[in-house]
Amino acid sequence: MKVRAKFAAGLLAAGMLLAAGCGGSGGGSDKLTLVAYSTPREAYEQLIPAFQKTEAGKGVGFSQSYGSSGDQSRAVQNGLAADVVTLALEPDMTKLVDAGLVAEGWNADEHKGMITNSVVVFIVRKGNPKNIRTWDDLIKPGVEVIEPNPFTSGGAKWNIMAAYGAQLQGGKTPEQANAYLLELFRHVPVQDKSAREALQTFIGGKGDVMLAYENEAINAQQKEQPVDYVVPDDTILIENPIAVASKSKNATAASAFVDFLRSEEAQRMYAERGYRPVNQAAAAGAGFPEPPGLFTIKDLGGWTDVNKRFFDKEAGIVADIERTVGVSVGS
Amino acid sequence: MAASTLARGRAGQEVRGGAALLRGTVTLYLSLIVVLPLTAVVWRSSRDGWGAFWEAATQPQALAALRLTFAVALAVAAGNVVMGTVIAWVLVRDQFPGKRVVNALIDLPFALPTIVAGITLLALYGSSSPVGVDIGYTRAGVVLALAFVTLPFVVRSVQPVLLTMEPDMEEAARCLGAGPLTSFRRIVLPTIAPALLAGAALAFARAVGEFGSVVILSGNIPYRTEVASVHVFSLVENDDVGSAAAVSVVLLATSVLVLAGLNLLQRRRTRHAD
Repeated sequence: MKVRAKFAAGLLAAGMLLAAGCGGSGGGSDKLTLVAYSTPREAYEQLIPAFQKTEAGKGVGFSQSYGSSGDQSRAVQNGLAADVVTLALEPDMTKLVDAGLVAEGWNADEHKGMITNSVVVFIVRKGNPKNIRTWDDLIKPGVEVIEPNPFTSGGAKWNIMAAYGAQLQGGKTPEQANAYLLELFRHVPVQDKSAREALQTFIGGKGDVMLAYENEAINAQQKEQPVDYVVPDDTILIENPIAVASKSKNATAASAFVDFLRSEEAQRMYAERGYRPVNQAAAAGAGFPEPPGLFTIKDLGGWTDVNKRFFDKEAGIVADIERTVGVSVGS
Repeated sequence: MAASTLARGRAGQEVRGGAALLRGTVTLYLSLIVVLPLTAVVWRSSRDGWGAFWEAATQPQALAALRLTFAVALAVAAGNVVMGTVIAWVLVRDQFPGKRVVNALIDLPFALPTIVAGITLLALYGSSSPVGVDIGYTRAGVVLALAFVTLPFVVRSVQPVLLTMEPDMEEAARCLGAGPLTSFRRIVLPTIAPALLAGAALAFARAVGEFGSVVILSGNIPYRTEVASVHVFSLVENDDVGSAAAVSVVLLATSVLVLAGLNLLQRRRTRHAD
């Protein structure tokens, strides 16, 4: 009895300590917390000082947090104080809207809430020795495709939807497009947990082609990695959302920052880092090739529908493909 | 002088008071960092009901990952029992130049962030291997990663026991005509068995929970090389925290069972020895 009472007292004390630890966090008066997915980090290292040089940005301090898009979305849901949130894909933002942390109308502006675009491309070895140009080239015998695991990397979902949509674009039926995905996965020898790890794997010598964002391909080239990339004729437009958190204590400065990020000047900086600008004026001068068969996630039914149809862990098409490929190869 | 006599008079009481304080501290500390978090995981896994728990834990991809994890963890623990004993034996009984360096090497897998271990192992035994061994992204790769991170457990638990063992008994056995194998089996093995089992149990538990190195070396291919911890990670990434907790609870429960089983075995051995 005595021991149990002591144990209970211990638990109680522990609980109180935990509760006390949860208080007291929050920003200063003119400090913005930017919570972002990891790839645009280098762009923000340039963009934030540029903002601080403008009239609206004078004296605004920043603290920044970078991580995978899903992790960052969860962190904000779990109480990470954020003023501006930018993520890799819309569903991660939608979760914040559902949690009441981002206003419903976040995507009502002319850019539909987006800050940058990109497209899915093929990263190949320098000189493209296997001459990979089209989606059909990926499933030729002996071609190894590097692609992160779509269940751990939100970004990998873009790649798969690009592959699927390209098949529909080429006149295939949805069944044939599913069959293509199955064949594609048979050519994937490794499924890293994130896009960055997949790139490491590819640069480390594994695989003939890697499915990736155009900005990652450009980034790899800027870092003088020995790679080329091919923009396929049919590919998906990747759109990265940004929003001001509804609980921001500094909403004015936060909005000013987002407005700045959409300005021609800021959008040019994004473009230098390989992102396609959403600002028309900046996009015009950036010289990104326009794939003739470009489509969007909306053309495939939108993220809510796509997530359910393809990425449900029980009934999703991709879950089914993983099962088929994994079990058949076996051993 | 007088003060010291007084103090001695109260010593028993003070010691008891001190012990209670210590016990309280231990309880509080363990509650905060072990019991409460584990309880929270179990609670989280059952929040959606037992139906949901069962469904999550027996979902085919989860089952495949769990099966692979336990099979590999057992194999690695068994491998450690053999190799760990051999290494400990050599380190204690053999004299050779560089022995201290080898001894220091044993603990390095503890010090290295496992993700770095994964990357370096992949560089050595992956597709661009300088030694011509390519087991990256295969189940053999998973075994290799886990063998690396669990290396110290058996060595470090057997080594001190061997150190305190006097060679007299073995010499006596040998004088009586026992070969080196027999003397090892009849004299050394029974002595180191408890430490061996304890080391193997720790290695098993560590292997079950390992994430950093396998996530790099295994390639994470569902149904083939995806281990339970990586599967849990993928569930979390998909905001399926309930299922993630359910699979974690299965991992926890199995580890508890294995540890308890080994403990029981050990106790029975000791009782037999008495």
